This record gives sequence, C-alpha cells and structure tokens, in this order.
Amino acid sequence: MHSQILRLWMVVALLWMPLLAFAAADLEINTPAISSLKDTMQGRHGQLAAFYASGAVGLTRDGLVAVRDASLVPLAQRQAVNSLVAAENQDRLALYREIARANGHPEWEEEVRGTFSQRWVQKAAPGWWYQNHSGSWVRK
Amino acid sequence: MRTFPMAMAVLLAATVSACVTINIYFPAAAAEKAADKIIDEVWQLKKQGDAPAPAKPDEQK
Repeated sequence: MHSQILRLWMVVALLWMPLLAFAAADLEINTPAISSLKDTMQGRHGQLAAFYASGAVGLTRDGLVAVRDASLVPLAQRQAVNSLVAAENQDRLALYREIARANGHPEWEEEVRGTFSQRWVQKAAPGWWYQNHSGSWVRK
Repeated sequence: MRTFPMAMAVLLAATVSACVTINIYFPAAAAEKAADKIIDEVWQLKKQGDAPAPAKPDEQK
C-alpha cells in the first residue's frame, strides 16, 4: 500500500518536472500572432528609422513611440509620420498583450510592456531620443 | 497507519501549489531575453549566430 502510493507520488512529481523547467526557461514568443506583429513592425522600421535618427520621433518611457518634434519633419510628410507612429503603437500594444497571453498570463501585459520600454531604449542607436523616468526627452 | 498516505497527500498538495506559485511571479529575466530577441529582429540588429533574417544590410548603422 505504502509503496504504491509512494510510486504514484513519484510519478506525479516526475510529471511536474518538465513544467517546472518550462516555467524557469524562456517565455513563449513563437506564436503566429507574435510573428506577424514582428514582421509588420520590422517592415515599418525601415520608414521609422530615419525619424528616430533625426529626433522627430522618440521612444517613450511607457514602451511606445511618439512624435517628439514635428518641426523636424517636412510639412508634406507630417501626416505620414503621425500614421506611422499610430500604427507602430497599435502593434506594440498588441505585441505586449500577445506575449502575456501566449504565456498564459494576460495580467503580465503591463510588466512585459515595462520590460520592453527599457530594452528598446537600451538597444536604441546613439543619437536617438528617448524619455527618461520623469518623462523628459533625452538624446542617447 | 493512515498517517503515511495523509503525509504523502499533503506533500503532493504542497508540491503542486509550489509549482503554481512559481508561475505567478513575472519572470523578469526571461521577459528581458524575449524582448531582446524580438527587438533584434524588429530593428534588425544582427548578432552572430542569429537565425538569418530576410533582411538587407542597408538598415545597419
């Protein structure tokens, strides 16, 4: 009787092991939704990069992008920049939400967003603008 | 004689709840790693050993 229960317990414990390992390892980011968001954002970056470099668009402290100085953009392009920024922010929010959801914790969305906000700035090229903790713009 | 199965049941419950607890906390390090991977792809910041992205090198600084 005891050895049976012990055996059962050991089997159950062993079954949990891969789950534990999984929890300690990487976050799931290979879902179709995340991949497609990545692709669109990668495509859009080709257009946004010049505006990051000129300082017209900057990285906000909450993991999004914003038009920092519209006067740096030729009048004819200003509407296009606004659209790019709006589309980028929509995708970024969707990305944070999808990562949280793909890992079974929709409530992690804000923390994912916080992590990203730091990593975007960390990986930004020199000369790009970002918001510091108090919200003022800083040139990297 | 019935205490042993009881003890096992309690231990099992503790193990299971511990597993659940672990997963409640936000895995900050894993999130950072995931963020870096995604940002590298979106901004096409190449590291050696990365999966080859279908990217042209004209975006590089």
